[in-house]
Amino acid sequence: MNAPAYNFAYLNEQTKRMVRRAILKAIAIPGYQVPFASREMPMPYGWGTGGVQVTAAILTPDDTLKVIDQGADDTTNAVSIRKFFVKTAGVATTERTSEATVIQTRHRIPEMTLTEDQILVFQVPIPEPLRFLEPRETETRKMHALEEYGVMHVKLYEDIAHYGEIATTYAYPAKVAERYVFDPSPIPKFDNPKLDNCPALQLFGAGREKRIYAIPPYTRVRSLDFEDHPFEVQTWNQPCALCGSRESFLDEIVMDDKGTRMFVCSDTDFCASRRGAA
Amino acid sequence: MNPLLSAEGLTKTYGARIGCRDVSFDLFPGEVLAIVGESGSGKTTLLRCLSGHVAASAGRVIYTTRDGKRAALDEMSEAERRLLMRTDWGFVHQDAREGLRMGVSAGANVGERMMAVGVRHYGKIRAAAADWLSRVEIPEDRIDDSPWSYSGGMRQRLQIARNLVTSPRLVFMDEPTGGLDVSVQARLLDLIRGLVKGLGLAAVVVTHDLAVARLLSSRMMVMQQGRVIEEGLTDQILEDPQAAYSQLLVSSVLQV
Repeated sequence: MNAPAYNFAYLNEQTKRMVRRAILKAIAIPGYQVPFASREMPMPYGWGTGGVQVTAAILTPDDTLKVIDQGADDTTNAVSIRKFFVKTAGVATTERTSEATVIQTRHRIPEMTLTEDQILVFQVPIPEPLRFLEPRETETRKMHALEEYGVMHVKLYEDIAHYGEIATTYAYPAKVAERYVFDPSPIPKFDNPKLDNCPALQLFGAGREKRIYAIPPYTRVRSLDFEDHPFEVQTWNQPCALCGSRESFLDEIVMDDKGTRMFVCSDTDFCASRRGAA
Repeated sequence: MNPLLSAEGLTKTYGARIGCRDVSFDLFPGEVLAIVGESGSGKTTLLRCLSGHVAASAGRVIYTTRDGKRAALDEMSEAERRLLMRTDWGFVHQDAREGLRMGVSAGANVGERMMAVGVRHYGKIRAAAADWLSRVEIPEDRIDDSPWSYSGGMRQRLQIARNLVTSPRLVFMDEPTGGLDVSVQARLLDLIRGLVKGLGLAAVVVTHDLAVARLLSSRMMVMQQGRVIEEGLTDQILEDPQAAYSQLLVSSVLQV
């Protein structure tokens, strides 16, 4: 199965050491964006090149890998990245959250509470939360260094002024360990509370932007808000049509061209295991 | 009484070229100082040195902070300097687009400084923004509009509101009426004069327009080729200029 032309997990050992050094630094300074020498990967930018490099650097032959895309194990991005590691590393894979030791994810955090034995790897398109308000990198770095985060609230102010509530629903900015404001990647804000005090190590890789950052286990992550407009997550007025869950994040699926809609869990493993148990 | 801001032998050179040379003065609380001179005489360079936007080649700027300490600008940490810039100081640019955050609404522009100093209550920020917009004569129903939809005069007034919301003690103005037509200029000057008097602000106003200096300032400095060639009370200089260049400047004003 393991193609001999590749080193274990595709990247050569020197590159993995470089990525691991960046990861260690990122863990040492929670929420700080560590620059790293991101490599060309055999997939386009935007398909998770950062996450793949982080996964490649931390993967061992004994690991069990799970890859999810928007909560699902069977979508294109998840399938191709899982196949990539089966081919280049020959590791065991699973769709069950509880059995995985490394979970690479795009846009979701699994519904199941993660454990200390697991590592969650996020694919990040734009790591800089201040980017849309301040285009200059020199300036954003200075703002992080001096903890000048007032402008983050300007964005939230704009939301309330125009929509009557904080309308940011994904990539919702949060503060790690009361120090660095960070972009949790485009996960729905529904998942932000799961970042807080999580037993699993959380690593974030941005390939095109060449940044790695981390949230160590059991770290305080506080979503930004106003005193009179506190942080809130999305809610639905109906349960999952398949498993009946009322506490999971639901996807809206268009069933026909007559306006029929169906709401189902976005986390396919969570939904399937609930149906299996019932 | 201690001066609020002191310049001591302030010099800025760009290689062999001179921006401003050996400028010294004291600015007292509540005082408005005008710096006049033709284009290229070093007015803006001097203003940028005073406000800490560029580092001076020689000399220093000393500021009296709210707790009464006299601190040299170049000896402060960058964090302290930047905090000063967004709390105790204001800077009104000639081009309002430089001083405003054009991508967000007028209300957010005014509220930004409050959020920067840690106000986290939306209602309070919004109320302060509405209050300041009315004080600079911008209709309250324009609070959620983008500055792009504002006229030049409104943008300039918005910029002033944005600077004054944290009650600064010192405002730097670089040609605040530049590029506006005369009737709008007149109203803006009226407004600035009212605010400066009412709030007891100290200000350094750079202008090439002697009428602006006459209306706003109590003292003025005339600059030529980077040097201050004459300084004194505004009325005194405008009525009885001593230096040859000042005489030329005063006599060049068009009479209608």
